[in-house]
Amino acid sequence: MRQLLIAALVLGVLLGLDVLLPHFLNPYLMRVLMLCGISVILAVSLNLINGFTGQFSIGHAGFMAIGAYGSAMFSLEIGMGWVKAMEASGAPPAVAEGAALLIALLIGGLLAAIAGYLVGLPSLRLRGDYLAIVTLGFGEIIRVIITNVDAVGAARGLPGIPAWANFFWVGLWVVIMVVVAARIAHSTHGRALFAIRDDEVAAEALGVDTTRYKVLAFVIGSFFAGIAGGLFAHYNAYLHPNSFTFLKSIEVIAMVVLGGLGSITGSILAAILLTVLPEALRSAQELRMVLYSLMLIILMITRPGGLLGSRELDLGRLFRRRSPERA
Amino acid sequence: MSEFLQQLVNGITWGSVYALIALGYTMVYGILRLINFAHGDVYMLGAFFGYFTARFIGAAEHPNPFRALLVLMSSMIACGLVGIVIERFAYKPVRRSSRLSALITAIGVSLLLENGGILLFGPDPKFFPQIIPAQNIALGLGVTISNQQVIILTVSLVLMFMLRFIVTRTRTGKAMQAVSFNPTAAALMGISVDRIITFTFMIGSMLAAAAGVLVALQNPKIEPLMGIMPGLKAFVAAVLGGIGNIPGAVLGGLVMGIAEVLVVGYVSPTYRDAIAFVLLIVILLVRPAGILGRQTAEKV
Repeated sequence: MRQLLIAALVLGVLLGLDVLLPHFLNPYLMRVLMLCGISVILAVSLNLINGFTGQFSIGHAGFMAIGAYGSAMFSLEIGMGWVKAMEASGAPPAVAEGAALLIALLIGGLLAAIAGYLVGLPSLRLRGDYLAIVTLGFGEIIRVIITNVDAVGAARGLPGIPAWANFFWVGLWVVIMVVVAARIAHSTHGRALFAIRDDEVAAEALGVDTTRYKVLAFVIGSFFAGIAGGLFAHYNAYLHPNSFTFLKSIEVIAMVVLGGLGSITGSILAAILLTVLPEALRSAQELRMVLYSLMLIILMITRPGGLLGSRELDLGRLFRRRSPERA
Repeated sequence: MSEFLQQLVNGITWGSVYALIALGYTMVYGILRLINFAHGDVYMLGAFFGYFTARFIGAAEHPNPFRALLVLMSSMIACGLVGIVIERFAYKPVRRSSRLSALITAIGVSLLLENGGILLFGPDPKFFPQIIPAQNIALGLGVTISNQQVIILTVSLVLMFMLRFIVTRTRTGKAMQAVSFNPTAAALMGISVDRIITFTFMIGSMLAAAAGVLVALQNPKIEPLMGIMPGLKAFVAAVLGGIGNIPGAVLGGLVMGIAEVLVVGYVSPTYRDAIAFVLLIVILLVRPAGILGRQTAEKV
């Protein structure tokens, strides 16, 4: 009952913000906010693979691309027709679009999860840097294929995707991502993942099915990367293979490492920081990316464990201290 | 048949450039277990240093082998210094932290060199002066080779043999092997690990610079982002051969160069960037430690 109430409250707050925010923020700030949300989903999902399980994936942009293109193609081919049909039968546009978006996102996420399963399989044989380079290769292969397939726009890009993703949907998926990650972290499965990260051989000796958990982490991580890709597609209304280069994967890794491996709140903070930072530096123009890279180096030298290490930022503690426990 | 042989010649030339870059990756990895993502950008800097030296000494107006050699040497020395600076100021401070944060630092350095390059040299491509006028030499069987390709092959071979000599025959080279085998034990034997690491970065950067100048001979268009793709592929070449293994890097580079040229020639140029990674995944599935890499058992 309590959980249902919380869920209803979250939905209400998100819907309220969705209506209110555009009145307070100009379109540019809204855009930065949306991109922050997508970055948070990407960073936390990669944290499941790199931070929780200690695997080393540097091809997250590939999964994102699969989700983005998969969901965009669904919306273009089928989803838009459904929305028209639903609106014709009297459904309000927001509901019709939301329903179509939800299905498109799930399809994108599932496609990415299947890809994650396929990439996760070699992780049974490969370790450390070798796995890293295979995931890198996978990301690049996906990008080259997209650049060459005419049906998805090839190197011209894919225009005309319906812009259904609004603050509500991005916010909802951020909440789902964080809740899923937090629940995993505190479950038996999470303990197994952490054990694999800390010492794979010891974990196996204690009866953890390391293969299964590694693949599981890959599948869940890539599912959410696909969702983030789908949201990006339906927010941007245009996709180009160059949005999913190696550099994009690197950006997400930088968020995870900067936030602290295994720290969900760390990933959230770093994702917001690294999305806002280049925007804030926009006035420095050409110096922007130089400053960005310098900050990255300096942050890594001064805080090699990330901003939060593996700890979590606990806001709840502040509240608890204020309200004395009732007997 | 003659077309195939021609492709093979082109592939070997291209592969020897990959091999030069891959050597830098593999040596640094062998000693620090660090993927030096900035290595491809050092290759870019090599091409630019060569460009400025060639312009400065007027190597294009009065081409002679002496001036060309001067261009190559000055670029190698400049990049060697850059390598030392990068190691000292970016990698040394994170050497004791986790490998992921070292990796992010490497990525930061790579971004810094790319964007610094855009800031200093401008984003538009520059044209490398023709310091050696092109000539074609017929080899028979319908195969031709340009004198620039001959130079690329000769210089890479000479550099590889010099590297081999340094690593196997000199005290410093033996110290490099020792550090790569076990840094702690090497330090206990009185080897200055810091100096060896600096030296490794210097040698690797010099090889990358040479590759930059050699490529610019043949493809004169140079720009600040030119190092990203060759850098990635050279790294893949190093992994293909077995990372940390010097002959492996050369072999991986050649395999990669030949495969790439064959795909461009017989399949489609647009799949050029994918073949490297497909090859990598296939080889790693069969031999998880690379072609020449040694399979090590997990120690508990």
